[in-house]
Amino acid sequence: MTYATLPAASEKPQDISLIRHALRNRGVFWGGVVLLLIAVIAIIGPFFVVDPTALNPINRLKPPGAAGLFGTDMLGRDVYSRVVNGAQVSLVVGLSVAVIAVALGLFLGLIAGYIRLMDALIMRLMDGLMSIPAILLAIALISLSGATLATVIVAIVIPEIPRVVRLVRSVVLTVREEPYVEAAISAGTKVPTILVRHVLPNTIAPLIVQATYICGSAMLTESILGFLGAGIPPEIPSWGNIMSEGRTFFQLTPWIIFFPGVCLALTVLAVNVVGDGLRDTLDPRIAKAMR
Amino acid sequence: MLGWTTRRSLLAALLAGPLALGALPGVAQAETTLRVIPHADLKNLDPIWTTAYITRNHGYMIYDTLFAMNENFEPQPQMVDTWETSEDGLTWTFVLRDGLTFHDGAPVTAADVVASLERWGKRDGMGQQLFANTASLEAKDDKTVVLTLANEYGLVLESIGKISSNVPFIMPARVAATDPFEQITDFTGSGPFVFQEDQWVPGSTVVYTKFEDYVPREEPVSAASGGKVAKVDKVVWTYFPDQTTAMNALMAGEVDFFEQPANDLAPLLEANPDITVQVNDPLGNIGFARFNHLLPPFDNADVRRAAMMAMKQEDYMAAAVGDPKFWKTCYSVFPCGTPLDNDVGSEVMSMGDIDAAKAALAETGYDGTPVVIMQPTDIPILSAFSLVTAEKLRNAGFEVEVQAMDWSTLTSRRASRDPVADGGWNMFHTWWIGADVIDPMAIAFSGDPDAGWFGWAEDAALEEARAAFAVAGTEEEKKEVAQTVQDRLWSIGASGQLGQFFNPVAYRNNVQGLIESPVQFFWNISVE
Amino acid sequence: MTRYITMRVLSTIPVMVLVALFVFLMLRLAPGDPASVIAGDYATAEDVARIREQLGLSDPIVVQFVRWVGALAQGDLGTSIFSGKPVTELIGQRIEPTILLALTTIVFAVVVAVPLGTIAAFRAGSLLDRVVMLFSVSGFSVPVFVLGYILIYTFSMSLKVLPVQGYKSPFVEGLGPFLYHITLPTVTLSVIFIALIARMTRASVIEVLEEDYIRTARAKGQSELTILMRHALRNAAVPVVTVIGIGIALLIGGVVVTESVFNIPGLGRLVLDAVLARDYPIIQGLILFFSFIYIFINLMIDLSYTLLDPRIRY
Repeated sequence: MTYATLPAASEKPQDISLIRHALRNRGVFWGGVVLLLIAVIAIIGPFFVVDPTALNPINRLKPPGAAGLFGTDMLGRDVYSRVVNGAQVSLVVGLSVAVIAVALGLFLGLIAGYIRLMDALIMRLMDGLMSIPAILLAIALISLSGATLATVIVAIVIPEIPRVVRLVRSVVLTVREEPYVEAAISAGTKVPTILVRHVLPNTIAPLIVQATYICGSAMLTESILGFLGAGIPPEIPSWGNIMSEGRTFFQLTPWIIFFPGVCLALTVLAVNVVGDGLRDTLDPRIAKAMR
Repeated sequence: MLGWTTRRSLLAALLAGPLALGALPGVAQAETTLRVIPHADLKNLDPIWTTAYITRNHGYMIYDTLFAMNENFEPQPQMVDTWETSEDGLTWTFVLRDGLTFHDGAPVTAADVVASLERWGKRDGMGQQLFANTASLEAKDDKTVVLTLANEYGLVLESIGKISSNVPFIMPARVAATDPFEQITDFTGSGPFVFQEDQWVPGSTVVYTKFEDYVPREEPVSAASGGKVAKVDKVVWTYFPDQTTAMNALMAGEVDFFEQPANDLAPLLEANPDITVQVNDPLGNIGFARFNHLLPPFDNADVRRAAMMAMKQEDYMAAAVGDPKFWKTCYSVFPCGTPLDNDVGSEVMSMGDIDAAKAALAETGYDGTPVVIMQPTDIPILSAFSLVTAEKLRNAGFEVEVQAMDWSTLTSRRASRDPVADGGWNMFHTWWIGADVIDPMAIAFSGDPDAGWFGWAEDAALEEARAAFAVAGTEEEKKEVAQTVQDRLWSIGASGQLGQFFNPVAYRNNVQGLIESPVQFFWNISVE
Repeated sequence: MTRYITMRVLSTIPVMVLVALFVFLMLRLAPGDPASVIAGDYATAEDVARIREQLGLSDPIVVQFVRWVGALAQGDLGTSIFSGKPVTELIGQRIEPTILLALTTIVFAVVVAVPLGTIAAFRAGSLLDRVVMLFSVSGFSVPVFVLGYILIYTFSMSLKVLPVQGYKSPFVEGLGPFLYHITLPTVTLSVIFIALIARMTRASVIEVLEEDYIRTARAKGQSELTILMRHALRNAAVPVVTVIGIGIALLIGGVVVTESVFNIPGLGRLVLDAVLARDYPIIQGLILFFSFIYIFINLMIDLSYTLLDPRIRY
C-alpha cells in the first residue's frame, strides 16, 4: 500500500489530464505536498528511528529533550519513534479503508443502480447499516472479534460503505437516462460493457473526492476507537493508540497526546483540503451528488 | 477462647458508654453527604452471585458480617456477641449480639444467619470447603447458631470472617433463599447504610443513606472489625469512566473522595493543597503472570522456571505503576508484611536475569513453540505487564505472540483448556489483592488441575501441603506448612510474581476518619 | 401524499428487521461470554455452565433469537444480565441527558454555523470566507476527545468558569445548573457539526445566489439583506436539514465520546460499558433503539422537505 494508489485509481488518459487540472488548485497542491511529506516520513522514517516498542521503564514519562525528541511514554518508549511509525499505520488505515470502502461501494452501487431486482435488497441493507451509529458498530465489531489491524480496518470500512453505494447508485441512475447510454442499450450492448464503458468513468470523479473524505474520517475514527479502548493493539503504534494510551497522563505529560494529535490533525486537514480542492475542480455537480 | 469477648466488650461498654452517647449526632444538623468516585461501576448488587470487588464493597455498605478481620488479619466478632467451641473442636456455638435489625425493621435471627451462610457456601471457594467439612448448621433459637463439623477444620472463623470476595454477608432468610446462581432482587440488609434502590442508576450513581437503627459495636474501628459508625447521612457513589475527568472533578471540589486514582496521577493530586493522597491498603496488590500448565511450551516446569528467571519485578512495577513509593519487590508468594511472608525457594523469582533465563531455556530444549500472551488493553496495568513479559521472554529466546483483547474476552478465553489453535492460550496477567492470597487456601495456589485456577497447575505435594494447612493448629505449624506450599509453588513454577503495588486513595482535606484496610469502607468517615 | 408517507413508513420495517438480525448474530457469534465475566476468578467450569444455563445462553442460537424477537414484538427489550434491570428502564434512566445534549448541540451548531456559512457565501473568496472555511475543515480534523480535554483544561481548570463534569437535569435542578453543566460538552460536540453545517450552508447559498431569480432581484435593486433573508436562506434550508439528518448517526457516535469525557450518565456510555461487559440485552436493545431513532428522524426529515421546499411534491 503506497500513497500512489489513490490518484492512480484509473489509468485512462482523460483522467490523467483531470489530475493535472486538479493540481492547479491551490488546496490540492499544498495539501498534496503535505501528504507527500507525511507519506515519505511514513515509508522511510521507521528506518531512521529507534525501536518504537522497546521498553525502558526507568526512563518513563520523560519530557521532550534528552530522553528523546518527543519525550517518552508511560512504558519508557520513545514517543518520536512511535509517532513516526504511527504515521505508517495511520496512513495504511486511512488508505485501505478508503480503497476498500470505495471498491465495495462501487461494486454494490453498480449492481443496485443497474439491476432492478437487487436494488431494493441492497438499498434496504444499506439503510440498515447506515442507521447503526458507525462508532458503536465499530466498537462492537472490534471488541467482539478481537483487536487486530485487520479487524479495525474492517470495522471502519463497513459503516462507510452505504454512502459510497448511494453515491454510485445515484450516478448510475442519472447516467442510464443519458441518450448515448439509452442508444447503447437499444443497440444491444451487453450490460457489463455498458457499465465499464459508460457508467464507470462517470463515477470516478465523485468517487475520488469521496475517497479522500473517507480516508480522513477513517484516520479520525481510528483515534476515537483507540480512545474508547477498541483500537489497534498497542504493540503496533498508531497515532490513535498513542493518544489513547497517553490520555490518562494528559495533564501530567501532555506531549504524549500533543505530538500525535498535531500530526493527525495536520494529516486529516491536508486530506480534507485536497478533497475540497478536488471537488471544486473535478466537477461542481459533485457537491450536490455527494450527500 | 471461651467467652472472652463478653468480658472485653462489657469493659469497653463501661468505658466508652458515656462517650458514645455524647457522640450521637446533633438534632438539627444539616444533612452531610460524602461524594465518592468508586473504583468501578456497580453493575450488580449480589455479593454472593459475583466476586466483583465493587459489589463486595457495596455489600459492606448495607450488610453486616458475623466476624470481621481486624488490621492484623485476625477474625473478630462483629454480629456475634459470644461464641464457644466444644472440647473436641467440632461444635461451634455462636450467639448474636443485641440490637441487630434489618433495614425493614425485622430483627436479625439465627435463621437468617443459617440461610445466608448456606447460600454463600454454595458459591464461595472457602465456603465450599467449610461446608465440605461440616455435618450440620442449625439455628438453636432466635439468637444462637450451632455449627457442627464433620471433622477437625482449622479455618472456621477465617472463613466466616473473610474480608474479601465472596464475603459471607448476612441477609434476611427470604432473600438468602434465592438460588445462589440467580441474583437477589431484595436489597434489605442490616449494615450501617441503606441502599436507595429507586436512586440507583447502573453505570453512574448509587445512593446510600445512614441506617438510623444500626447499633455499632463499642470497640474502636480496626479494618473490617469494630464499631461501624456512619458519620454522614448520605454516601453517593458516582462512577467516572475517565480518570482525567475524575481527577479534575476532585480538584475542583465536585467530589470528596477518589477511591482509585491511577498511580501516575498522584503527583498532580499531591500538588493540590486541598487534597491528600495516601495508601490505605497495607497489603496492596500482587501482580501475577499465569502460565497455562496444560499446553507447550509451559507444560514443562523447567520452561516455566526459565521464563520466571527473566521476569525482573522492578521493570514490571516501574512500567505499570511508576513511582517507587507505590510498589516494592516481593518474593514471597504470600504478601510481604503478612504473617506467612517468607523467602523459601524464591531465588528463581528474585533473579531477574535475562542471561540466566536464556541459559536455563536452552537446557530445556525449547523447540520454538510460540507463547501466546493475552493482553487486556482496557486495563492499563495488565496491558503494561503483558508488554513487559513479551519483551523479556523474547530476549530470553522465546517466540512470543501478543494478542490484544478486552478483559471480558480474556476472562472467557482463559477458561479454555484447548490448544492455542482452538482458542487456548499460554499466558495472561492479573493481580490479586493481597487479602486474597494471604494464606495457602487461596485458589491462586491450587495444585489440583480439576478444581483449581485457570492455568491448571498440577502438583500432588502442593495439594497435600494445602490440605495440611486447613487443619494446622498453631501459628508455628501454619508457618511451616505455608513454607512448604511456597517451596512447591516456586519449584513447579506455578506463576510468575511481578511485585507488590499499592493503589493510593485521594480525598479532599474535609474528609476524615479513613480506615486502613484492604477494602474501602465508608463508615467512620466524616466530612466537614 | 398519504400513500407516500405510508410507503415510506412501511419501508422502514424490513430495515429494522435486518438490523435486529445483524446485531443479534454479530453478538452471539463473537467470543467473550458474560457468564465467565460474572463468575469471576474463583469460578469452576461447572459454575460458569450453571450461570450460562440460568441466563438462557446455553440454548441454541435460533431459540434465543426467537425468544428475543418474541419479546421485542411486545415492546420488551430484555433484561440486563448484570444489573437485572429491564433494558427499557435503563434507557429511560439515561435518555434525558443524551437527548438534551443532542438538542443543545444541534441548536448551538445551527445558530453558529448558518450565519457563518451564509456570510462566507456572500463574501466568497474574501479573507473572511477563507477563515470560515479553514475553521470548518479544521473542525473535521481534531478528535473529539482531544478537543474536550483542551476545553476542560482551559475553562474549568485554568479559568475556573465552568464545571469539569457532570450533568444536572433542567427538570430537577433547574435551567441554570443545566446550562452551566451542558455548555462545555455542547461546544465540544458542536465543533464538527458547525464545520459540517457551515460548509453545506455556504455551498447551497452560493448555488442559490447564482439562480436567475436572485439576479432578477438584484437587478430590481433589492437590498442584499432582503435577498438573503427572503430567497437565499430559505432555499438553503433543505440541504442544511439533510445534513442534520446525516449528522444524527455522527452525533450518536460523538455522544459516546463526549459522555465519557464529561461524565454524563447518558445512553452512549451505557452501551459502551455493556459492550465491555458483554451485557447482550443492553447492546442489542440499544443498537436497535439508536437505529430506530435514526430511521425515525430521517423519516421526519424526508417529510419535512414538503414543508420547507414547495417545489418538492410527492
